[in-house]
Amino acid sequence: MAAEDLPSDFDIVILGTGLAESVVAAACSRVGQRVLHLDRRSYYAANWASFTFNGLLTWIQEQNEETKPEEVKDWSSLMEEGEELIHLSNSDSASITNVQPAQTEGEEPEAEQPLPSSPSNQSKPARKKVSYAQLVKEGRRFNIDLVSKLLFSRGSLVDLLIKSNVSRYAEFKNVTRILTYRHGNVEQVPCSRADVFASRQLSVVEKRKLMRFLTSCMEETEEQTAYNGRPYLEFLRDQQLGESLQHFLLHSIAMVTEDTPTEEGLASTRHFLRCLGRYGNTPFLFPVYGLGEIPQCFSTSCAANMAAYGDDSSLSAFTFIPPVTRQMVSLQTHSIRTGPGPDQRRGGGGVADSLPGEVGDVDEGVVEGGEDVADAEHVLPLSHLRTQADHLLLLLLLPFTRSHVCGGEGSEVRLDRDMSTMDHDSVYKDRLLSNSMTCPPLSNNHKVYYGIIVQP
Amino acid sequence: MHGRVKVKTTAQQEEEKRKEREKKLKIYVAARDACFSKRKDAVFDDEALQLTQQLLSSNPDFATLWNYRREILTHLETVKDEDEVQKIYEAELSFLESCLKVNPKSYGSWHHRGWVSARLPRPAWTRELSLCDRCLSLDDRNFHCWDYRRMVVKMSDVPVKQELEFTDRLIGSNFSNYSSWHYRSTLLPLLHPESAERPSQRGDPPHSPSPPCPQTHSHRVCEEQLLKEYELVQNAFFTDPNDQSAWFYYRWLLGRAEREEMISCVYVSREEERVAVAFSRPVNARSGVLLLVLDGQPQRVEWRSVHPHFKHSPVWICDLPPGTISDITNEHNLTVHWTEKHAHRDCALYTGRSESWCRDTATDLELFRSELSVEKTSVLQSELQSVNQLQELEPLNKWCLLTIILLMRALDPLGYEKETLAHFQTLKEVDSMRSAYYGDLCSKFMIENTILKMEYAEVRVFSISDRNLTTLCHLDQLLLVTHINLSSNQLRRLPPQFAMLQCLEVVEADNNSIENLEGVYHLPKLEEVSLKNNQISTPADLQPLASCPKLKRLDLRGNPVTQTANVESELAELLPSVTDLLL
Repeated sequence: MAAEDLPSDFDIVILGTGLAESVVAAACSRVGQRVLHLDRRSYYAANWASFTFNGLLTWIQEQNEETKPEEVKDWSSLMEEGEELIHLSNSDSASITNVQPAQTEGEEPEAEQPLPSSPSNQSKPARKKVSYAQLVKEGRRFNIDLVSKLLFSRGSLVDLLIKSNVSRYAEFKNVTRILTYRHGNVEQVPCSRADVFASRQLSVVEKRKLMRFLTSCMEETEEQTAYNGRPYLEFLRDQQLGESLQHFLLHSIAMVTEDTPTEEGLASTRHFLRCLGRYGNTPFLFPVYGLGEIPQCFSTSCAANMAAYGDDSSLSAFTFIPPVTRQMVSLQTHSIRTGPGPDQRRGGGGVADSLPGEVGDVDEGVVEGGEDVADAEHVLPLSHLRTQADHLLLLLLLPFTRSHVCGGEGSEVRLDRDMSTMDHDSVYKDRLLSNSMTCPPLSNNHKVYYGIIVQP
Repeated sequence: MHGRVKVKTTAQQEEEKRKEREKKLKIYVAARDACFSKRKDAVFDDEALQLTQQLLSSNPDFATLWNYRREILTHLETVKDEDEVQKIYEAELSFLESCLKVNPKSYGSWHHRGWVSARLPRPAWTRELSLCDRCLSLDDRNFHCWDYRRMVVKMSDVPVKQELEFTDRLIGSNFSNYSSWHYRSTLLPLLHPESAERPSQRGDPPHSPSPPCPQTHSHRVCEEQLLKEYELVQNAFFTDPNDQSAWFYYRWLLGRAEREEMISCVYVSREEERVAVAFSRPVNARSGVLLLVLDGQPQRVEWRSVHPHFKHSPVWICDLPPGTISDITNEHNLTVHWTEKHAHRDCALYTGRSESWCRDTATDLELFRSELSVEKTSVLQSELQSVNQLQELEPLNKWCLLTIILLMRALDPLGYEKETLAHFQTLKEVDSMRSAYYGDLCSKFMIENTILKMEYAEVRVFSISDRNLTTLCHLDQLLLVTHINLSSNQLRRLPPQFAMLQCLEVVEADNNSIENLEGVYHLPKLEEVSLKNNQISTPADLQPLASCPKLKRLDLRGNPVTQTANVESELAELLPSVTDLLL
């Protein structure tokens, strides 16, 4: 679109390209409003942004420079009659603080510590050491989210992405497994039936107890309500679940703390379980190219719609959207992705006529790669996490190399109608791939890190 | 297809659709007729290929058209050179792939694919195998594809180990999959066969002359691997005890080798001049399969099964020519040869003896328990322990209860009798839909136990009263029994197999619900039948008894038949030998 073709009148101006802003922008443009969507930053998605490693370093630098308070300029001379000046808040420096690269220059990086429970470990005796210099050099192969979040596969964001058909602009992957850190080891959390079956840490009796608990807790029983207001942990204990099962259920499945009341613990356990199996053996999805994809997808949808609608010139609103509520997940994920950056992937046109619920075409082919999922997985040991006691769920991780991007067998969540013809059950598994983003509430004693990179 | 609003169709749309359908049908029928007439005229041209292709892509289950297509293709093979044939068949394969996408479970398409793959001049089995992988990743229970996979594997010599790893993978992602477990059960014996010596040593009864058959034990798995399999399948049923597939596999693992085929008993009776032979499994011995040699002379005899119902039976009888053995002062040596199995069994009838037999007992053969090495016994013990553990967690799980019963039987059928009965009781309660099945199974086990007890006691009396029997089985094991007591059970009939009790003299079957006596048929020594309080309702029901020449005493008190008019005279006419009739 040449510059002179850009409309000069707008119905709505939206500042910021965070998730909430982008959703509103997409919604407005879909109902025919002309939207001007602005962002003061040079990148999309505000705190939802994803960066390459090098991009992240630059961002940290800027962030530290920006912290100086800006002087308030006097704009009154420019105001016309009837106009009111609204000061925009400063960059939300409050939500992200104390950002600094964790790696001190010149320090010799230690080798990655072996992860005892990671099965891929045994098959690959010599893990490559990764040095800071290498990271910088290979920086383009990572997508690092400022804020790590995963989407619950039956959460409201997934629903929204499906309904709005915005999901077509992104690709998603199902998290392959969930790990937990306990007693000095990283262990896989058995959460699905297949995991429980395959688990080597659980005795058969524990397997039975866990499965029975997981199946029975889906229904509300009097026994459960008797525990209302009492800690979930107490409930778990009274179910004769051993210590390791309690740990898995409390910290990795319900993702609550020891004093969370039973009803809350059960609710989040159920939510977790409901999300299982929709796209794979874990309840979480993540955008293949980083979380920054999601706001961008909404922006793309917005842009696509705009072209289709006419002009009504009265300025109906000047919307100011408060920053997205910044809840954090107690999960630490680090999407380190390779592949084309988000920029190359945007720009789907010709979708203006697609309405929610309509069948959309798949606009991106998926590269088939024969790689085994396990090869593509990398667990990033974060020594920060180590110090952080028991509460963290480590997730999985992502292919390091380009060839892995779409590799994992069956782990790519995607819409492919050819495949669906072969399988009547999973077929229309939802054209959609997206997921929802629901963040479990951040509990006080969980420290959340963002901007952490590999701290060897 | 999800989330779409259902649009109501108007009458007009319906009409349009109907017309559309009719139009399609017309085209379809026309093409079909064209195909049929071409086939009738034996035309094997490209046009016919085209036509069948169109029809089959809309209906891949049209077997006749696949046949026609095969005829055309075989014809083309004769007129084209190899490269062209390869091309034609490759095109056929990609056409089939599209058919399979339409219906991944079409018998016709899969069968045709197998046919084409096998005829391809330069077969590409790797591609076929990856097709199977793809299909099974979409639907891991598509048994058509499993079948095809087995064929591909067989044709292309895929290493067994690789296939076993494949089942590992499928079971790992979802163990509710009979096909994977079954495939394992066929692969394991190939990869980890049981060493042959031990079972054949143990299986050979001291006086069995028949050489062990080499195939007998080949489907068993070596103990070491067996242990690993137990562990795997235990993980499955502890994870989900309601999933049957794992339990069935477990039962296969616990199973015993097939019984050796042999003559288990030869019985000869001087008085009836009759020989009865029992086999380890039902056979058809009607024509020339058995050879009877008496004192070195082959005899021309007519073998018959014990009841006209049976073409196959575990017991066969023949009458010797009159006078051959009737002199009690003579000694005779008999040999029965089972020609097709190269098996035979001798039996000597000594002077002064009215009957004689030679046999293996159920205890000799360990018929009713697993053949166990010492190690396996301890393995089974620990299996029993872990399944008991599961039962504590899931006291009402029927699979678990049933498996405990089977394990107990494999270990010590008599020792665990009390526990077994208690578990059967629970089973009938928790799975009331199958209570009759459990009743029959329990009857079977009780009969087995009674046979064991009888043999330990070395008597010919079989007594199993008041045991809730609902059915009779293992009657071939009772060939020598003279007295049987089945009183106070829930039997409804004495089935045709009952005629295998060739030595029977006295039957007590009071207090049952017997209404049918079919099996009391040509029992040469039968003298006394007591059927008090049963459900015999007409004199005609007693008809089979007329074939028993020595029947003297019959007790029918408490049966409906006693209420019929003229019952006494009718029975006197029907059963003239009976002198002692109680009504």
